[in-house]
Amino acid sequence: MSGLPRVGVVTFPGSLDDRDALRAVAFMGGEGVPLWHADRDLRGVDAVILPGGFSYGDYLRCGAIARFAPVMEEVAAFADAGGPVVGICNGFQILCEAGLLPGALVRNRQLRFVCRWVEVRVETSISPLTGDLVAGEVLRVPVKHGEGRFVATDEQLARIEGEGLVVFRYCAADGSLGDVHNPNGASNAIAGIRNEAGNVVGLMPHPEHAVDPDVGATGGQPLFASLLSNALARVAP
Amino acid sequence: MRYRAQVVVSLKDGLLDPQGKAVEGSLPALGWTNVSGVRVGRYVQLDLEADGADAAEDQVRRMAERLLSNPVIETFDVVDISERDGA
Repeated sequence: MSGLPRVGVVTFPGSLDDRDALRAVAFMGGEGVPLWHADRDLRGVDAVILPGGFSYGDYLRCGAIARFAPVMEEVAAFADAGGPVVGICNGFQILCEAGLLPGALVRNRQLRFVCRWVEVRVETSISPLTGDLVAGEVLRVPVKHGEGRFVATDEQLARIEGEGLVVFRYCAADGSLGDVHNPNGASNAIAGIRNEAGNVVGLMPHPEHAVDPDVGATGGQPLFASLLSNALARVAP
Repeated sequence: MRYRAQVVVSLKDGLLDPQGKAVEGSLPALGWTNVSGVRVGRYVQLDLEADGADAAEDQVRRMAERLLSNPVIETFDVVDISERDGA
């Protein structure tokens, strides 16, 4: 036992960002634990990340096959027990398909893959990624996706907004909203949401690509710092 | 009995379909200027063993609800269920 918070990262066939997520956890002072989609075992981790990529080739729908992977039963049970779960990009899509988060992610409005830096505004400190942040803070992080347009039924969207489940919105550098800052046409500029209990969060941007100042902006640092303190609280309650 | 089912999955009405828009935007260049409302969906064909057409359709519907479609964004139609010859 190292005493460090242990953060599991699930590798599915077609995951791409699992290594970056593991590296980001280690860079920020945690212990990254590789998890495998076919194992019904979370190896006693304190938090779980479902990383970006194209799990199972994104066949049928993004995340539609991955949600039935054996490990997902364990992830759902872990989430039910209050464990922090983070879905990034394809991981967000998987959480929505699994019903652990409301809504769905569909093709970008402009039908093009988008790969660029964006600003997101933190909307709540109630999530595993934003516990150390306050609403209104703006972070610079990259997005890279073809199917990142968040949509939900009218009832779901009303509940998401009414109950404060939006965690991140695309915005300008000063935090103001505007369609020009929305890279995919997401409803209400939603870049990330949480569940009602506040322990499951999904987002399209990639904080794991934005922790090391040697390679760019570091908007992901406070998010991973929050995740590690959240996970640490489970190590030593 | 062996049945073949055909399921069409469509994006819900009102949900922006950029694929459909792209197709619609290309048709006038080929001379068809009278087309609108293009929507791109998904077609799934599958064979299954079942005790009668009703049982087959019931199972196909459950599979469509659970996996073939996502009820948040899509609707589905079981457009055909027919017995397979020589099964």
